[in-house]
Amino acid sequence: MRDFSYVRANSLDAARQAAALPGAMLLAGGTTLIDLAKCGVAEPETLVDIAHLKGLDRIEVNERGATIGALARMSHVADHADIKSRFPAVSEALWQAASAQIRNMATIGGNLMQRTRCPYFRDPANFPACNKRQPGSGCSAIGGVTRGHAVLGISDACIAMYPGDLAVALVAFDAIVHLGERHIPVDDFFLLPGTTPDREHAIEPGEMITGIEIPGSASARRSTYLKIRDRQSYEFAAASAAVGIEFEPDGRTIRDLRVALGGVATKPWRARAVENALKGKVLEPDTVRAASLLAVEGSVDHGANHYKVELAPRVVARAIRKLGETA
Amino acid sequence: MTVHNIRHGDASDGAFAEAVGGRLSRIDGPAKITGAAKYAVEQQLEGLAYAVLVESTIASGKVRAIDTTAAEVAPGVLQVLTPDTIISLKTAADWFGTPPPDKPYCPLARDITFSGQHVAAVVAETFERAVAAAALVKVSYEETPAIVDLSDGKAGDGIAIDAMTKEWGDAQGAFASAPVRICAAYNTPREYQAPMEPHGLIARWEGDRLTVWEPSQWLDGMARTYAEWFGVPFENVRLVSPYIGGGFGSKALALSHGAVAACAAKMLGRPVRLVMTRPQTFTGYGGRAATRQTVTIGADVQGKIQSIVHRGVNETSIDGMWVEPLGSVTSIMYTTPNFSSKQNVVRVNSVVPGAMRAPGENPSAFGIESAIDELAYEVGIDPLEIRLRNYAEQDPHAKKAWSTRQLREAFAAGAERFGWSRRTPEPRSMRDGNQLIGWGVAAGTYPVRRAYGEALVRILADGSVEVESSSIDMGQGTYTILAQTAAETLGVRADDVVVKLGDSRFPRAGVTGGSRLAGVMTGAVYKAATSALDQLVGLAISDPRSPFHALQANTLVVANGRIASPRGDGPDVSVAELLKSVGRDHIEATGDTMPANSTPEDRYKNYTTIAMSVPHTEGDYSRHSWCAHFIEVRVDEDFGTVRVSRVVSALDSGRLYNPKLAESQWKGGIIMGIGQALLEEGIVDRRHGRIVNNNLADYLVPTNADIPDIEVISVGIPDLHSSVLGGKGVGELAIVGVAPAIANAVFHATGKRIRDLPITLEKLI
Ligand SMILES: Cc1cc2nc3c(=O)[nH]c(=O)nc-3n(C[C@H](O)[C@H](O)[C@H](O)COP(=O)(O)OP(=O)(O)OC[C@H]3O[C@@H](n4cnc5c(N)ncnc54)[C@H](O)[C@@H]3O)c2cc1C
Ligand code: SF4
Repeated sequence: MRDFSYVRANSLDAARQAAALPGAMLLAGGTTLIDLAKCGVAEPETLVDIAHLKGLDRIEVNERGATIGALARMSHVADHADIKSRFPAVSEALWQAASAQIRNMATIGGNLMQRTRCPYFRDPANFPACNKRQPGSGCSAIGGVTRGHAVLGISDACIAMYPGDLAVALVAFDAIVHLGERHIPVDDFFLLPGTTPDREHAIEPGEMITGIEIPGSASARRSTYLKIRDRQSYEFAAASAAVGIEFEPDGRTIRDLRVALGGVATKPWRARAVENALKGKVLEPDTVRAASLLAVEGSVDHGANHYKVELAPRVVARAIRKLGETA
Repeated sequence: MTVHNIRHGDASDGAFAEAVGGRLSRIDGPAKITGAAKYAVEQQLEGLAYAVLVESTIASGKVRAIDTTAAEVAPGVLQVLTPDTIISLKTAADWFGTPPPDKPYCPLARDITFSGQHVAAVVAETFERAVAAAALVKVSYEETPAIVDLSDGKAGDGIAIDAMTKEWGDAQGAFASAPVRICAAYNTPREYQAPMEPHGLIARWEGDRLTVWEPSQWLDGMARTYAEWFGVPFENVRLVSPYIGGGFGSKALALSHGAVAACAAKMLGRPVRLVMTRPQTFTGYGGRAATRQTVTIGADVQGKIQSIVHRGVNETSIDGMWVEPLGSVTSIMYTTPNFSSKQNVVRVNSVVPGAMRAPGENPSAFGIESAIDELAYEVGIDPLEIRLRNYAEQDPHAKKAWSTRQLREAFAAGAERFGWSRRTPEPRSMRDGNQLIGWGVAAGTYPVRRAYGEALVRILADGSVEVESSSIDMGQGTYTILAQTAAETLGVRADDVVVKLGDSRFPRAGVTGGSRLAGVMTGAVYKAATSALDQLVGLAISDPRSPFHALQANTLVVANGRIASPRGDGPDVSVAELLKSVGRDHIEATGDTMPANSTPEDRYKNYTTIAMSVPHTEGDYSRHSWCAHFIEVRVDEDFGTVRVSRVVSALDSGRLYNPKLAESQWKGGIIMGIGQALLEEGIVDRRHGRIVNNNLADYLVPTNADIPDIEVISVGIPDLHSSVLGGKGVGELAIVGVAPAIANAVFHATGKRIRDLPITLEKLI
């Protein structure tokens, strides 16, 4: 048996110190980490259990926005009345993620840190080549089964899709990740694979996510998360979109628009080209459809995942239209 | 002495829940829900050691060397088994009982024919230590090119299976001259049984006696295999399998992982537990073979079929043989003067495929039930009407009368409840916003497979009853219907009957497969209970100590746990009182349904092989269950996602021993069919010949959210040509025809004909 030590942190500082040691990993809900340890992907020497830390599970919502502690459970955030009313896309993204059992265990910090579902990444015994796991070893996915792989933000080193839902909504609404004192925009928190796909987040050893902050806005208030998949529940997105909209007083002209994509990119993907094409325009089906095609500008597919290039703009267009209808 | 009266009502008989035909809830339900039910590998045994398998990472080639040095010295490791160190076994007979070649059998492979083959095993003091040490076993290979699947250029046309050929008339000629012709190819992928409880076992040797706790659909067949492997008498092997967490065909045979565990236990002198990981369940045994079919139909302009030409192919492994009978439904569903069906199997580098709910009939129906739908559109008549126009009044292949065929009634009842007459014929003609709505119909069938069984019925001193049988309950309700059968026959409450199953020491039973068990075992229990009852009445009449002795009656009535004279003019005592008065602490009888002149050899063969199965076309009749599915789908016009929004199925399983349980099984089959139609597919990495979605996050089965309300209607009538009490098969029937009904509905919704399962969104956008 791979022996490892288990530490239950009783303060934030203790947790950060313990986690700074080589081979140490934070354990929150465990729904990603234990799973990856079973696959032989994660091989922690020390598990630093933060699940019992006090005060990190708070959810506070006011005029300026929401702050959510890193240890808040997915299900609590999804069900929070003010999150539902002020940030519907956030609540909907969480509701459509994973299963009820997982949402009850999983934390917001752990959710941001979830790893790709690339099957090659998850099977080291059979597929030793994986640049994300073992820098420089190659990529087993390229040339293999790629139905679930990314079409945006990929590199020659890695085409793994970022599978989470929540972060897509966070990217759309310019959320900030709190790493204790250090605060960084969520869009910068997630890194493109480039030549270093093993480095997924702008987080340094000894740092820990303490919470997230989502600025309140009219577009966040009028927002939705649309997730498309073959199975009605408990499946990662084939393509998804977090969209928020704010109209001019005429109720037709788009003042502000937020669009982010999930299920198609190597990180939660902000589609600014779509936003810019539609801001100031009147919401018309043809205009929306044409602008939505910009969502997949620069996409590169590997055959089996080509459908994502077709699907993503349709998801964006539908989400925008839906928000337009619910005036 | 006839003191019993089994009612042969219609299929919905049995307002009285205790009796056969009643809607008694599953008596094993509370134990399962509360966790009290102990599954096979949950036994706590002293000295238990844990085995973990090491699997090949290549699909084709040879093991060059296995380096076990690191594993052997890893903490807690007791033993590392390789082809060189494992004890040698004898080859066992196959399930037909065909005498095996006289050569050793090694459950760990040197010659690799598929990725995921067992090559070594590690046994340790704990499961975790065994897992860690298994990862340290280093296997090196000489790799050779693999044949990945049916579409591999190296796969070729395969081997013709002449026994599958069915021909009459001049199919090719009639097709050539038919005014309407359709021809299409239909494909189904590898599918997996995915039972909730993974495969595994505990093996323990005491001298040359082996006890195996293992989820099993066939205790006696598996016990025979273990006995033959180890060269010990059949009686020396005891299989115990009280509950099974789903089998769907995959738990009927002793498999190589079982041999590994039993070898380890023998070599170590300790009980050994081995449980497959979920990924191992995708390669440790076979799921449903991938299939390809072409169906050509020639018809007249009214849609009357003139000819069907059918060609089928299924994959099998490099050194095993699995035939998935693809012409089974094609040859009997519709009447045609000219017919030809042939089948090949193609060897690929995969584990040998196996039985999965309705093997053969399931993919066969996908072909013919899609093709007839295509024909309906081609000639412009309603898909339901075309099925009635070509209705087979007798078995077109066997040329025998159906024992019963309530398919017309199924079409009528289903169409009525579904509202089929409101369907608009044009594809894409029904919608709700972005949702294209489609209505599809398809029929299904499954043969009545029959065999013989035996059971013991014991009446105890307190009047309660015990039933014993080595048959099993994997959720289909054996415990419950056998209690109902004994209760009705003996005039007691089902509550007073304890049914004991899942131990090969009990009276024997054949395989729980092919939907045969209920018919076989209700018959056996009925016989055993009848003879126990005869004994009881006989004692009451003849024993000088009995209160009925003076009565000089020639029969008595047993009901509600009491025994009395028929005219009510004599004593009326409880069964318990009677037993007490005659000084007996129990009465027991074994009954079986074997032919009267059966030898002990016949019996052994019947219970441990499938060689004695009675053909469904034996004698004057052709016996089958039938069903018709009416399904509504909603397809998002932009996203291509298919959701099943309504299912009405009408089914003919003959008389239902317990309608509640039969309905549950039908619904389960329909749900599995929805998974097959829309989600399930083993995806192979073509470079490595390996299934990459070998887990339940990536191999998708339906969730509750994918399943609408399902309405099932029983249209069966008792069929005494099929079983002692009039039932036909239930468990496999309902999955047959679901996938084509959905594909047909998708065509109606979208105008796109999807001939490759599953119907995932990218096929529709
Ligand atoms: C079958 C399945 C289906 C799923 N489907 C979906 C889905 O559809 N959509 C979706 O969005 N998600 C899905 N998930 C992922 C799920 O949401 C994540 O597993 C979960 O959110 C992780 O949270 P956790 O608290 O359990 O994290 P853990 O497993 O405890 O931790 C995950 C990682 O984050 C690190 N970590 C944890 N907390 C912190 C912190 N505060 N600071 C820094 N690092 C930290 C850990 O060290 C670890 O590396 C699915 C998961 C499974 C197993
Ligand atoms: S896509 Fe990325 S995660 Fe997947 S195998 Fe390639 S490098 Fe590894």
